[in-house]
Amino acid sequence: MLRASLRQVSAALKEGRVTPTELCQRCLALIKSTKFLNAYITVAEETALKQAEESEERYKRGQPLGILDGIPIAVKDNFNTAGIETTCASNMLKGYISPYNATVVQKLLDQGAVLLGKTNLDEFAMGSGSTDGVFGPVRNPWSYSKQYKEKSVPKSHSEDEESNWVITGGSSGGSAAAVSSFTCFAALGSDTGGSTRNPAAHCGVVGLKPTYGLISRHGLIPLVNSMDVPGILTRCVDDAAVLLGSLAGHDPKDSTTIQDDFKPFELPNLTDVSKLSIGIPKEYHVPGLSSEILALWSKAAELFKNAGAKVVEVSLPHTRYSIVCYHVLCTAEVASNMARFDGLEYGHRSDMKDSTESMYAATRREGFNDVVRGRILSGNYFLLKQNYEKYFVKAQKVRRLIANDFVKVFRSGVDILLTPTTLSDAAPYTQFIQEDNRTRSAQDDILTQAANMAGLPAINVPTALSERGLPVGLQFIGRSFQEKQLLTVAKWFEKQVQFPVIQLEEVKRHDSGVFQHQKSASFS
Amino acid sequence: DGAGRGAGGASSAPGQSRLGAALAPWIPVVGLEIHAQISSNSKLFSGSQVQFAAPPNSLVSFFDASLPGTLPVLNRRCVEAAVMTGLALNCSINKKSLFDRKHYFYADLPAGYQITQQRVPIAVNGSLSYSLCIDNKMSQMVTKTVRIKQIQLEQDSGKSLHDDTRSQTLVDLNRAGVGLMEVVMEPDMCCGEEAAAAVRELQLILQTLGSSQAVMAEGQLRVDANVSVHHPGEPYGVRTEVKNINSIRFLAKAVDYEIQRQIEELENGGTILNETRAFDSKLGCTVPMRDKEGKQDYRFMPEPNLPPLILYDAKSLPANMNHQQVINIDWIHERLPDLPSVKREKLVEQYGILPEHSFTLLNEDGLAEFFESVVKQTQMKPKKVIGWILNDLLSYLKQHSLTVKESPVSSSLLADLLNLLEKKEISSTAAKRVLAELWKGEGKTPLEIVKEQKLELLQDQKELEQICQAVIDGQENEVIMMVLGTFCTVTVGQPDACLSTVASPLGRPKGEISDLFSF
Repeated sequence: MLRASLRQVSAALKEGRVTPTELCQRCLALIKSTKFLNAYITVAEETALKQAEESEERYKRGQPLGILDGIPIAVKDNFNTAGIETTCASNMLKGYISPYNATVVQKLLDQGAVLLGKTNLDEFAMGSGSTDGVFGPVRNPWSYSKQYKEKSVPKSHSEDEESNWVITGGSSGGSAAAVSSFTCFAALGSDTGGSTRNPAAHCGVVGLKPTYGLISRHGLIPLVNSMDVPGILTRCVDDAAVLLGSLAGHDPKDSTTIQDDFKPFELPNLTDVSKLSIGIPKEYHVPGLSSEILALWSKAAELFKNAGAKVVEVSLPHTRYSIVCYHVLCTAEVASNMARFDGLEYGHRSDMKDSTESMYAATRREGFNDVVRGRILSGNYFLLKQNYEKYFVKAQKVRRLIANDFVKVFRSGVDILLTPTTLSDAAPYTQFIQEDNRTRSAQDDILTQAANMAGLPAINVPTALSERGLPVGLQFIGRSFQEKQLLTVAKWFEKQVQFPVIQLEEVKRHDSGVFQHQKSASFS
Repeated sequence: DGAGRGAGGASSAPGQSRLGAALAPWIPVVGLEIHAQISSNSKLFSGSQVQFAAPPNSLVSFFDASLPGTLPVLNRRCVEAAVMTGLALNCSINKKSLFDRKHYFYADLPAGYQITQQRVPIAVNGSLSYSLCIDNKMSQMVTKTVRIKQIQLEQDSGKSLHDDTRSQTLVDLNRAGVGLMEVVMEPDMCCGEEAAAAVRELQLILQTLGSSQAVMAEGQLRVDANVSVHHPGEPYGVRTEVKNINSIRFLAKAVDYEIQRQIEELENGGTILNETRAFDSKLGCTVPMRDKEGKQDYRFMPEPNLPPLILYDAKSLPANMNHQQVINIDWIHERLPDLPSVKREKLVEQYGILPEHSFTLLNEDGLAEFFESVVKQTQMKPKKVIGWILNDLLSYLKQHSLTVKESPVSSSLLADLLNLLEKKEISSTAAKRVLAELWKGEGKTPLEIVKEQKLELLQDQKELEQICQAVIDGQENEVIMMVLGTFCTVTVGQPDACLSTVASPLGRPKGEISDLFSF
């Protein structure tokens, strides 16, 4: 049952094959037994059960609120949740209980979803591994899969799985791990430079970054306001469309959301792709791209070609400047956005009382990790009067060129761009932490951040397992606000590749009951 | 402040041309930056109420307290107020303006930045005409013009209350996020009087528009003055900024003091520092502000959470646009009320009063309306009414620190009184006595007071003759001599001296007879 898709489980709820409370309890049990994944920072057991109970009442009355009623979901811990701690995985906000719900959270709750808890991330979403938060790294559920264990023969004599577990990617690693390990049916992430798509790729789930302005950011604790988008993590493309339909649309509290009404859609089953034009941007063939992924990418292109689609090589010439440009804009906005954390109104406050300034300094030193402080420092440097033109304005101009590259390519008749999501499969934690956060982010965001620079919708579709038995995904990038087209193509592709289901040994050991039930379920 | 605006700001070395410098006159240069609080029910980017002197931190939304994840939502009313003000100050309104973040750490700035309009403000390139009298003579007025560089929308900060004994700082965020219009005036003024007159005119305009209540005592209008001095033919001197001046009288004093201080400093061979100063109203001087000594780099950047502010005019207004969602500049322009300058012209034209009287009428809130209302209700000529308004009403109000609205004598009561006078039922001296009664605000009508105190003029020739006879009989020759001797002067001059002699033995107030003599 827990392995089912959101739509399937929703049907089961409707038919009474399972009750919301049962479902919630099972998820909570699984969260407990997979605690070692460190996917959740806060598990809101009490409120979740209460929400499930309320949902159950509605089902009993025959008046469920819709497809999401009774569906257990998880939310990244950088979305405000009234009454439930919102920490951003930072000492700065440890213990912080927001008085309000983010618009996306409120929308989910209004539609009857059951909020299980808040998922782990890099501190303030600054990272690409979900390893840099104060609550420790998130472990990729695939580390404990049969697939990984069979294929990835320990290189050293040490068979200690402690040294072999792989990262989830990030920064929405907790959400990706939660969906991937079946503790929830969908999760919210956030995506500024790839933070939803990257962990989705590493954890073998669907990760959608919608068009900037389609979903409200109100209540999402910002990283880069001009690029942040709430992300959607699900088991399949259809589920992503369901979530998108329930979240998208104008929010009077976020002036950057579109005014037009958004009509939720169901995805058609594409049978004919011959009218499609798939663009393969050559600049995404970057140094460091693993041969394995390159091969997979080519194979995917072949797949479209063989099915009758037009596959063309395209050029996005300014892509090579994108990551540097992203770094300047990101740190500048970070420097600005983090200025509010001074310990006065909320969050951590240092005991230092010599002066207001020394209190600020101590509060921020104690509250932020090195990564956050480093970005604040460089961002402020870029914003200094004498540097502003040289860095910030220039980066903005380059950003425009990058966005225009996409416009030109789409105007030339290309419908969807196909690229890799990551350079390689997930790295073992011990290996990953050899490099510093900045270097890692620069590498890991390289294929994803351009879509954020241009505000375009993009999705990771799990494609295959690597030689090490770890998930690898490909990215589709669509036209602005053409999510339906993007998701339709992604769904077609998803069907072709038949990505394998994770076989979770560890979880089975911990919670065999759940998976035995799963086996006997009428669907899987 | 901050962005290098205002008075010249050139960095010429003082005393560049030492030779003859001491003899050459100094030219003071004054520019102003004025923060006007927008009159609006709610704040610039949040739904919190705007209210003066509310309990601390009772008007604070999540956004105002900068809770993480909150976003600004622009208040339409504030934009309209800024457009109105821009139009009234002859500005060109930018159809696209932008918001920026200005960063600095301060306890009453919760977000660590202020949202303002540094790059492309809502209105630019305007002008303000103002008048002032030369040598304090009301009859000699000159009109001057100051250029308006720009008007920008921005957030106000909260308030820090320093408790030095307990070494605590308490923060009140009620004001945080209230909408301000920053009006930047070019350095076109040269003394405190000019600065004061310009600000007074701006204040009147804002109040006429209703875009700001502009009550300086409540901090709704705050003035920073940029002051420098230089010799003719030389570049502008180094300027200082005198901040947060909160009354027009202090503005004039602060500017003049600062000009004098700079001249003295330079003439004594000193230099002027580009610094921020405060006006000490008790000592009547400006002093350096210690806390802003270091050069701030505000690290401006575009506010990413607000799209460009787009305004429309009749031409550019898209047909399919919901009119509730757009702001039409032309629509606002058509509905602008008469500005003070126009009102003054109309008053002069319509009522034949002197131009300087029109200034006085507009300078007091509600006085022009009071005047017009009296004129409407009386047969007395407006030219005569104005005397009663300016000499009697206004001086009484000033003496008792009352506003026109608080006047115990309403326009209709005054009109009733003036009608009695105009119909010659009472003398003007009696009228003043009645007015004095009316101030008490006991609810009596002028007629009632006249009756009560028997202040009616004697209309009966016979009775008058009898009185006169009685006087003559009783007081012998001196009376006769006096009456005959002063008759002519009494008619034109001031009759008081002799009248008191005439009247007192009759047991009648002097006022009643005075008009008889002027037959």
